[in-house]
Amino acid sequence: MPPIHKVSEKPKNAKKTFKMLLHYLKPYYIPIITILIFAILSTILSIFGPKVLGKATTKLFEGVMFKIQSPSGYIDFNYIFNILAWLVLIYISSALFRYIQEYIMNIISVKISYNLRKQISEKINKLPLKYFDKNTYGDVLSRVTNDVDTISNNLEQTLSHVVSSVVTIIGVLIMMLSISPLLTLISILTLPLGMTLVGLIVSKSQKYFKTQQEVLGEINGHIEESYSSHEIIMAFNAQEKTIDKFNNYNTKLYNSAWKSQFLSGLMMPILSFIGNIGYVGVSVLGGYQVIKGRIQIGDIQAFLQYVRQFNQPVMQVSQIANVFQSVMAASERVFEFLDEKEEVKDSENTISIEELKGEVEFNNVMFGYDKNKIIISDFNAKIKPGQKVAIVGPTGAGKTTLVNLLMRFYELNSGSIKIDGVDIKNMKRSELRNTLGMVLQDTWLFNGSIKDNIAFGKLDATDEEIIEASKKAYVDHFIHTLPEGYNMIVNEEGNNISGGQKQLLTIARAFLANPGILILDEATSNVDTRTEIIIQKAMNKLMKGRTSFIIAHRLSTIRDADLILVMDNGNIVEQGNHEELLNKKGYYYNLYNSQFETKTSES
Amino acid sequence: MLKIMKYLKKYWWQILLVVIFVAVQTYVDLTLPEFMSKIVDEGIVNSNTNRIIQIGIQMLGLALIGGIATIIVSFFSSRIAAATSRNIRKDVFEKVTNFSSAETNKFSKASLITRTTNDVQHIQMTTFMILRMMVMAPIMAIGGISKVLKNSPSLTWIIAIAVVVLFIIIIVLFSLAMPKFKIFQKLIDKLNLVTRENLTGLKVIRAFNNEEHQEEKFDKANTDLTKLNLFVNKVMILMQPLTMLVMNLTMVAVIWIGSHQVDIGSLQIGDMMAFIQYAMQIMTSFMMLSMLFVMIPRTSISANRIMEVLNTNPIITDPESSKKSNNKLKGQVEFKNVSFTYPDADEAVLCDISFIAEKGKTTAFIGSTGSGKSTLINLIPRFYDVTSGSILVGGIDVRDYLQKDLRDLIGYVPQKGVLFSGTIKSNLKYGNDKLSNEEMRKVSQVAQALDFIEEKDKKFDTHISQGGKNVSGGQKQRLSIARALAKNPEIFIFDDSFSALDFKTDKELRKELKKYTKDATVLIVAQRISTIMNADKIVVLDEGKIVGIGTHKELVKTCDVYKEIALSQLREEEL
Repeated sequence: MPPIHKVSEKPKNAKKTFKMLLHYLKPYYIPIITILIFAILSTILSIFGPKVLGKATTKLFEGVMFKIQSPSGYIDFNYIFNILAWLVLIYISSALFRYIQEYIMNIISVKISYNLRKQISEKINKLPLKYFDKNTYGDVLSRVTNDVDTISNNLEQTLSHVVSSVVTIIGVLIMMLSISPLLTLISILTLPLGMTLVGLIVSKSQKYFKTQQEVLGEINGHIEESYSSHEIIMAFNAQEKTIDKFNNYNTKLYNSAWKSQFLSGLMMPILSFIGNIGYVGVSVLGGYQVIKGRIQIGDIQAFLQYVRQFNQPVMQVSQIANVFQSVMAASERVFEFLDEKEEVKDSENTISIEELKGEVEFNNVMFGYDKNKIIISDFNAKIKPGQKVAIVGPTGAGKTTLVNLLMRFYELNSGSIKIDGVDIKNMKRSELRNTLGMVLQDTWLFNGSIKDNIAFGKLDATDEEIIEASKKAYVDHFIHTLPEGYNMIVNEEGNNISGGQKQLLTIARAFLANPGILILDEATSNVDTRTEIIIQKAMNKLMKGRTSFIIAHRLSTIRDADLILVMDNGNIVEQGNHEELLNKKGYYYNLYNSQFETKTSES
Repeated sequence: MLKIMKYLKKYWWQILLVVIFVAVQTYVDLTLPEFMSKIVDEGIVNSNTNRIIQIGIQMLGLALIGGIATIIVSFFSSRIAAATSRNIRKDVFEKVTNFSSAETNKFSKASLITRTTNDVQHIQMTTFMILRMMVMAPIMAIGGISKVLKNSPSLTWIIAIAVVVLFIIIIVLFSLAMPKFKIFQKLIDKLNLVTRENLTGLKVIRAFNNEEHQEEKFDKANTDLTKLNLFVNKVMILMQPLTMLVMNLTMVAVIWIGSHQVDIGSLQIGDMMAFIQYAMQIMTSFMMLSMLFVMIPRTSISANRIMEVLNTNPIITDPESSKKSNNKLKGQVEFKNVSFTYPDADEAVLCDISFIAEKGKTTAFIGSTGSGKSTLINLIPRFYDVTSGSILVGGIDVRDYLQKDLRDLIGYVPQKGVLFSGTIKSNLKYGNDKLSNEEMRKVSQVAQALDFIEEKDKKFDTHISQGGKNVSGGQKQRLSIARALAKNPEIFIFDDSFSALDFKTDKELRKELKKYTKDATVLIVAQRISTIMNADKIVVLDEGKIVGIGTHKELVKTCDVYKEIALSQLREEEL
């Protein structure tokens, strides 16, 4: 198979990554050393193989000559048989050693990838949400799969190949030196030539591989975009435009694809030609030395055998260097991720609230997603148990910020949030989050049964409890209309259940969790009116007797709230109840009227 | 598989060259060892330096020819492989771009994407491999076998046995591993799924303190994958040591049996040594061929997936003699007893729909999810064809237009703001290349997009990433509205295009839009009653049927479904 190498990315900090990698391999030192020993053994055996084989043919040759010289001459079949028996033993043990070596390596690499994946997955849960503001999910996903795969697959390859190549080179070199240092020098002289040429080709083809990879990314992006926006393209008669753009990428891809493929295909013929030059050179010089009587014929024969054996491992090492680079780049990305700063640990002396009343207090709260950009400054509010707080504002005003702070997904810059007088920083995160219940608009259901999805609010819930919660959320009837009722599987995209029903399921989840304080997000779009009414009913029931924060869109909810927090550009611009805010004739007044202007102008 | 081969036909003479030069290369590979031993036998043994140089030059010359042949082979095979995949990719892409919605839905967009990307890429790899390796294998095998038959036919049976053994090993190992490969992909998908779940559900998982539960889930997927990996690798790593062993043992067998033949004088030692060389080559070529048997089934799956796309023809086609819109009825949209059933569906989505949307008027559609609103308006630009009845645009049946002419009349704004990678400008110009800068500002202003565009550093030249991920949902909707306005069409279709806007922006936009579109026919689908309250005509849909047509005031009194919707969103006194 031709070397199909990928673009090898260079690690940014090679030394540090290498150290980390070594550290990571530490628990496997014993098996790795075992692998090395077996690799060395099997390589030595494979170097000896031809030599032993040579003995058999020499004996055969001698026997034939003997037979020609004297009629009583014979071929020593006993001797040959012995040698061949040895040879069989050598080959079998060589194969066996090799298998053992790869077997252990396989276990190690599989274990390493298992552990890396596990660590990454655990890390996801320990990272502050802040991390995901800056990094895409796709990025984390590709670390779990692609990077880990690159490491485990190639680590195996590099380790065992490097060992066998290096051992072969050294072994062959020793053998060569023992025959003739001068001839050895000559055959090594061709090496720099080969290396330079290979280096040249590799750097050239790397360039095209890189372009190819980039264009491939572009063309795939274009295909994805075009197919997923198919209707728009039709509606705007943009088929030709799209195809033109595609053809442009496609031509670029063609050019870089064949060039990179071709250039990397140059490597083998050039190297083998240089190998042949070395071979002839050694023959000429060796022949000359034989004439001078400085060297034996048999030795020259052996030497030439070794020259032929020498080239392959040299080539392998130069290729492995590339592979190793990509291992390093992948490890760097994985280690970087594992090294990310984690969420602040729970404080040591946590206070727990015995019986929750539901009082929430904001004291001089200062917060910004970016340390240099404070968006909430000096926010104060006191919410009495059982009160309803409506958070209003235009889209993108940062209404979820308050949710994030209450749930302690993000840390405050200064100030404090207290529940029943206890600073949430002094509470255990798990306890805080048990106290608070959250029903967001982007409902999250996972690929599993409806029952499991509801039970996510309380993992040890009994079937009765689950059904009870569904009944409270008015979704029990709907679930019974589904093909397999509570056992129906929510598919991967979660699109086999409508948006409204999904919201009801998450409300059921909240009923099951039975939190003391609620955070709700009212439905806006993609929910039909009948379902919306039911959602509203379920939410009202859920809020009964609980302190609630509602990201509100419905005017009735806003008007009935005990406290309205008006947000704009991330900040809380006004607070008070409906009448107070209307009298203020400020931001809220405008917002409120903007929706009813049409109406008033009409009637 | 065979059908995809016809893409290679175009390059037949290049392929011929590849075959010729592969033959040259193989010939050199086969004879080079002879020269190598000749140097030793004739030159060194006889201490004849001139002879060494002479043979050396011959050998280098031959090696050079071989090297050049390899380079030529590499040149043509990379070009052919890349060109073939380029052509296939192009055909698939053009085909899909000209599909109607019926075909894209049949295949699913995700599947079409992998067919155009991964499957084509796979074909390219295979083509290259076939050209470089698979052409070589038979030539090498034939060359080797002919040499063997000429030199030492008495030993040929050993090779035959060895080849059979090799085949058995490869087949057994692959039949053990192959079924697992399929599960492999599934387990990786599962792992990805759980990871994606953990990422998208980050907040919910933390809110319910279920981190450990999720970790257990991940661990299960991880363990399953690891176990399978262990098994597959255990099988696959047997391959190399085993094949090597077979080849080495063959060599031993040749020497043992050969030396007995040498003893009785039926074989020369030199021939035996040469035989070993050829035996190795023959076995290598058979191993390559067996790889082909492994690759072909996988590739033919890809090839079939591609052919499926290429063999599908869009059901919506242009009429043979087309008409242009009637001037008197310009812009008017009329539905006459339209019914529609999705392909392969049992029940009709739309049933006997009739109405007229007049020029200069706004016609709105409302109803609960699944009532068929979006489907209804998707029939106008002929994304689908009606099952019965007819749709007239400008007095002419939509099926009598050229698709291009019909769609030129329509400005369509989809439910989800869809943008294309490029700049804001390139997106606004999407339907109208000749859009002037003033017009561009104007439409942006009408769509309430000007403010946020002006706030950006590069204004209209602001980069839009793929799928428009770098702008918010509301901004996307406004830009796609502006894009439709820029086309300046006779008919506007807004498919719930205001849902991501807050009330304030929504209201401003509608006010401006009303002025801007006063000469056009406007069709709006909405969930919010406030969006359509002022429409000239409201069509109320329920389960695919029209249950009311009229103005807001009329419908509140006469239509129960409408009243119910209105009541849920407005207070009694606001009705």
